[in-house]
Amino acid sequence: MSEKAIIYGLYKDEEKLKEGAQLLRSARIRVKEVFSPFPIHGIDPIIGIDRTWISICSFIYGITGMSLALLMTWYMMVSDWPTDIGGKPSFHFYTALPAFIPVTFESTVFCAGHGMAITFFLRSWILPGVSPKNPDPRTTDDMFCMEIESRMEDQARIVDMLRSSGAVEVNVK
Amino acid sequence: MQHESAIRDPLILGHRTYHDITEDIARPIEGRANKYWYLVFTIAVCAFTWGIGCLCYTLGTGIGAWGANKTVGWAWDITNFVWWIGIGHAGTLISAVLLLFRQKWRMAINRSAEAMTIFAVMCAAIFVTMHTGRPWLDYWLFPHANQFGSLWVNFNSPLLWDVFAVSTYFSISCVFWYTGLIPDFATIRDRAVKPMSKKIYKFLSFGWSGRAKDWTRFEEVSLVLAGLSTPLVFSVHSIVSMDFATSIVPGWHTTIFPPYFVAGAIFSGFAMVETLLLICRKVLSMEQYITVKHMEYMNIVIILTGSMVGVAYLSELFISWYSGVEYEAYAFLNRATGPYWWSYAGMMTCNVISPQLYWFKKIRTSLTATFILSIVVNIGMWFERFVIIVTSLHRDYIPSSWTMYHPTWIEIGIFTGTIGMFFTFFLLFARVFPVIALNELKTILKLSGESYKKEAAAHAAHH
Repeated sequence: MSEKAIIYGLYKDEEKLKEGAQLLRSARIRVKEVFSPFPIHGIDPIIGIDRTWISICSFIYGITGMSLALLMTWYMMVSDWPTDIGGKPSFHFYTALPAFIPVTFESTVFCAGHGMAITFFLRSWILPGVSPKNPDPRTTDDMFCMEIESRMEDQARIVDMLRSSGAVEVNVK
Repeated sequence: MQHESAIRDPLILGHRTYHDITEDIARPIEGRANKYWYLVFTIAVCAFTWGIGCLCYTLGTGIGAWGANKTVGWAWDITNFVWWIGIGHAGTLISAVLLLFRQKWRMAINRSAEAMTIFAVMCAAIFVTMHTGRPWLDYWLFPHANQFGSLWVNFNSPLLWDVFAVSTYFSISCVFWYTGLIPDFATIRDRAVKPMSKKIYKFLSFGWSGRAKDWTRFEEVSLVLAGLSTPLVFSVHSIVSMDFATSIVPGWHTTIFPPYFVAGAIFSGFAMVETLLLICRKVLSMEQYITVKHMEYMNIVIILTGSMVGVAYLSELFISWYSGVEYEAYAFLNRATGPYWWSYAGMMTCNVISPQLYWFKKIRTSLTATFILSIVVNIGMWFERFVIIVTSLHRDYIPSSWTMYHPTWIEIGIFTGTIGMFFTFFLLFARVFPVIALNELKTILKLSGESYKKEAAAHAAHH
């Protein structure tokens, strides 16, 4: 197995980085990671990132929250302690339901929102105490960085490609 | 690349680069506060402390220390609760609804508006938890296993819905706010020189690195949270209005309440955002980011919501007469001409007439006028809640129990205390947190930055 080189191409402009990534892609070189201070729109298909499933997760959490609230309605008002409130008995699920709609809605939103945020934090592993992985502190300010893992023999070619696409700095590790 | 029409006003003035944005927004965090900050902070902390004292007094003596009585059972407490909750709504509205509508001008103001939401909801929570009389038993509001039999809380009551709505709203707002803050904390972390602050911001930024996949998820999370918060914010104030609307008190028992309260909440919230931002942009030198155009946009929202509130007041008045119910008609006659006529007059002037001044471009683009009117609007919205609550209650069905309500110095103290708390927290926020979503703002720099727009226009003219 040959040695691997890690190359960082730093750009001042997100459009230049996108051009660079496109160039590497057409030369069949995989961009391992892109670090940027803000989302670069349109970079995902170039570097081969699929769309995120997080909104579908959120939908499932929301359905769970709704089901829990409905279960609660049934349990409290039908199963556990049927109550006649102000002469309006609600001993059946369907008679109890209207008064529970606001709470069911809140529960849906609560679970969907928090569940999604927790999934995001865990999947991206952004949690208190985690050490940042950006290779250069300027990538949270005004620099856009592309990380490429390559074979040693491709190194010079990649460095050239990065420079020609407008990288202001190329570092090899 | 996206392009923006040349006739649209720029949202970032002068020539700024990505790095300049970071510098400008990190400056208040890294530098020392000026004397105005210390002055305002001292005043706010004094008011806050005074409020804590009054709260402790209430806790020790009970809510008999307040001016509320047998007839006027809800007064200053619920007025302030609704006022603060209403103010909170603009924060969510700015960040969520404007995000869904892809309004780029929200980016300079959403962070502080969200902070305002959280602090305002905290202030509101003080009043609701205290008004129960025995706040240490407030956990009874939640359905939990108990020793009272297996009796559950009354889910048929909007007061209970309120518990669920406000707590969900508060926690979702916190999540929304914090998620947005993470990349900005990372920026501050990577710039930090002092080891202590580096450590703190490293902790706060959760190890954010700005990877492409993280950004994709981040954007999706923001969008979905916005989609969830939008109906949430409408539900919260609708439920707050149902605290009144589902009762049978004349003046409260109206179906118009939910939309009318939501419009009022947005109206007062935007006014509070203006008050805070106008101070912020001066004290923290953010003139290039919080521009006159931003204020003009907000003033336009104020005209719209103010007019909605005005229509609601007038239709309520008309219906009270048209319904033929004499109790209803009297409740409104009493509001306008009874002993509390001045609060009704104050509400009408501040909320219905004053925002109409914004039809004049001169007024809506004048920062001084905006500052004054934003305070006027909030005074008016406070009066609105006072009018609805106190004047509907103080003359009930039996004339022998008619009475007046006078606030005690303790209630006034608690209210002053919450204003103090609000400003204390906001001022601390402005020193420790990035007050503008700086990384999000960078995404519109080349689109809406003044110098880039000029360049693009020159380029277009050349061809």
